[in-house]
Amino acid sequence: MTIDTSVLNALRPDMTRFAYLLLRDQHAVEDVIQETMLTAIEKQDGFKNKSSLKTWLFSILRNKTIDALRRGKREVNISTLSNDEDDSFEEVLFNHHGAWNLETKPNAWSNPDASFEQKQFWSVFDACLNHLPAQTSRIFMMREFLEFEVEDICKELSLTTSNCWVILHRARTKLRLCLDTKWFSGQGFQASRS
Amino acid sequence: MMNCKEASQLMSQELDRKLSWREAITLKLHVSLCDGCANARKQVNFIHQACKHAFELNEEKK
Ligand SMILES: [Zn+2]
Repeated sequence: MTIDTSVLNALRPDMTRFAYLLLRDQHAVEDVIQETMLTAIEKQDGFKNKSSLKTWLFSILRNKTIDALRRGKREVNISTLSNDEDDSFEEVLFNHHGAWNLETKPNAWSNPDASFEQKQFWSVFDACLNHLPAQTSRIFMMREFLEFEVEDICKELSLTTSNCWVILHRARTKLRLCLDTKWFSGQGFQASRS
Repeated sequence: MMNCKEASQLMSQELDRKLSWREAITLKLHVSLCDGCANARKQVNFIHQACKHAFELNEEKK
């Protein structure tokens, strides 16, 4: 079958979002999108209708993005990782007994799954991801979007496993706080009567 | 007894590795008694799900 380029172009915004979250460089993103498009057109015989075009295209994009991350590895300054953030985030959240502080104790989010249907939620979600320090976000994205195993991320970036866990924990905590402030607290949350 | 700080570390790690039996039980016990951690865990799991939904590839992946 022949792939219509206008169909590919329609998927461009989503591909750009995806690549940008990982690469954070407009120029690198454009290169990756272009390579993905070219590969898709070149290998269109390999596309079977069994999977959707988007899934197929994203599997190409995923590989191209991983290649770009690897190519850019020399630019990844591991030493900036520790400077990305210190451990003080936990001191703010917990008291000296390790219990939640009164102001930071997490509240229940009301009906969070409904957010998936809301376009606005996704722009808040992207903003929160882009708000993470670059290296923290890259490791989080490698784990959650590229579905790397933690061991492979560590190997790739020469980090210890426990270091990776700490960084992923920080990323999730930051995202939790960001979504709480920018999305869920504005919803007029009411305590559930469960 | 596990505290909230340790519990919140484990609820992140359980998304990245299989917790030991002991860790899993201690986390479960803590969360069953602690509102804050129960909410934190739901939120962290929600973020994990959101990543799967972010590009709407999840249904097609199966
Ligand atoms: Zn707790």
